[in-house]
Amino acid sequence: MTRPSGFEGYRRPDGRVGVRNHVLVVPTVVCSAVVTERIATAVSGAVALPHLAGCGQLGPDMETTHDTLAAYCRHPNVGAVLVVALGCEQVVAQMLAESARSAGKRSAIVSIQGEGGTPKAIAKGVELAADLARDLQREARTWCGADDLILSLKCGGSDYTSGLSANPALGRVADRLNALGGSTVLGEIAEIMGAEHLLAARATQPEVAGRLLRVIQRVESEARALGLDIRGTQPSPGNIRGGLTTIEEKSLGATHKAGERSALEDVVAYSARITRKGLTVMDTPGLDVESVTGMVGGGAQVVVFTTGLGTPTGNPIAPVIKITGNARTAETMADNTDLDVSGILDHSESIDGAADRLLDEILAVCSGKLTAAERLGHREFAIHRRNPTI
Amino acid sequence: MSGKIIVITERDNVATALTPLSAGDSIEANGSRVTVREPIAGGHKVALKAIAAGEAIVKYGNPIGTATADIDAGRHVHIHNVASGRGRGDL
Repeated sequence: MTRPSGFEGYRRPDGRVGVRNHVLVVPTVVCSAVVTERIATAVSGAVALPHLAGCGQLGPDMETTHDTLAAYCRHPNVGAVLVVALGCEQVVAQMLAESARSAGKRSAIVSIQGEGGTPKAIAKGVELAADLARDLQREARTWCGADDLILSLKCGGSDYTSGLSANPALGRVADRLNALGGSTVLGEIAEIMGAEHLLAARATQPEVAGRLLRVIQRVESEARALGLDIRGTQPSPGNIRGGLTTIEEKSLGATHKAGERSALEDVVAYSARITRKGLTVMDTPGLDVESVTGMVGGGAQVVVFTTGLGTPTGNPIAPVIKITGNARTAETMADNTDLDVSGILDHSESIDGAADRLLDEILAVCSGKLTAAERLGHREFAIHRRNPTI
Repeated sequence: MSGKIIVITERDNVATALTPLSAGDSIEANGSRVTVREPIAGGHKVALKAIAAGEAIVKYGNPIGTATADIDAGRHVHIHNVASGRGRGDL
C-alpha cells in the first residue's frame, strides 16, 4: 500500500481538521436570510447559510434548529462566523457567536433592527465579513491524516446500478477509512428499513443495536400513524422506474455504502456531534438535503453521494462528491458528476479499483480540489423539522 | 447470453437485467436456464424460478418483499406482483 492516506487541511484550535476555510454568514432566522445572502455575495470567501426556521418553533424543532446552526458555527470547515440577527427572534445571535468562539473561531454579529434596516445592516455586515475573510487568508493548509476525517455516506436518485456498483465501491472506501482510524456516518433511517438486521449484527454492543432498531421502529410507526402507504415516497417514482420495487430492496442496496467489515459504533440524533471512530448511524430523514445538512452538522467534513439517475445536491460548507455507476447518467449528467464507476457493471473495472480511485478523489477534494457541486454553486441547506410552525 | 443479467447471491430467486431483455431470450443463472417470457427493461428484475403468491422475493440473499400473485420463471418481477410489508399505514 503506497497510496497516500492523508491530505492538506486546516488544523483547528479545537483539534478538529477542516477541508475548507469559509467565512460562514449565518442568519438566526428566516427574516434575516436575504440580508445574509447579500453580505455573502459581496465578500469573497464568505458563504451564506439561508434557512426557513429560527422562530415560530417549539420544543424539539427549536432545539434542532439551534443545535444545527450552532454545529455549523463550530464546524471545522468554517474559519470564522458572522451572525446576522433580526433582533426579536428565538434563536439567540450571541449563542451562535459563542458556539464559534468555543471552537476557537473569530465571530461577529450584525443586527438588522440594531443597525436600522436592510441597507445599513448589509453595509455593516460586508465590512465585518471582509475583515474576517482577510484574517483567514493568512491560514495555511498543513498535512493531516485520513484518521482526521469524518466521511458522510449518502445516496440519492438511486437506480439498479447504485446497489451493484457505486454503493459497494463507497462501502470499500468506508471500510478502509474506518480501518485507518477515520470515521464514517450513514443517515436516512427509512432507507435502512429492510436491512437493519445486517447493521444491527455489526454493532459493537447490544445497546447500540437496540438503539438502531428503536430508531427504525419509530420511523416506521410514524409512517404508519399517517395512515398512508410509505410506498408513496419509498421507493420514489424515479427509483421504481429505475427497477427498484420495494423499500427493502432499496435499503439492501443503500446500506452497501456502510461497507461490510466496519463495526457499528454509535447511533446519534440529527446534527449531533459524531465522536466515535468507525461507523456511526445518524437519525436523519431520507430527503437528500435534510440528510446531508444533518450529517455535516454532526461534523462530517466531506460527503460522498452515490447516484444512479444523477442529482445536483451540494452543501454550503462541505464538498459533496458525486459518483455514479450508470454509464448513461455519467454522460447525460456529466456536469454534476465527479466520478464515473460504470466500469464495475461492464466488468472493465473491479470494485476495488473503483474504490482506489474514489479514495484518491476524496483526499484530493479534501486538499482543495473543487467538486462539481462546488463549481456549480450548489449550496443546498435544510434543517429537518417534525412539527408544524406555530 | 451471459452478461445481460446479474444475480447477486445463490439464494436469489430473481436476476437484474443489465440490458433490456426480450421475450424468448435465454438466460442462465445459478445453474439453471430460463426463457424470458416478456420484455424486461434494463435495471428491472426477472424471475429465475416459479415463485408462488405469498413467497418471498429474494435479492442480495435477503427478502425484498412478498409475491402478490404466482410468478412464472422468466416473468417481470416488479410492483405489479410484489408488495412490501414495511411502513404500511394503509393496511
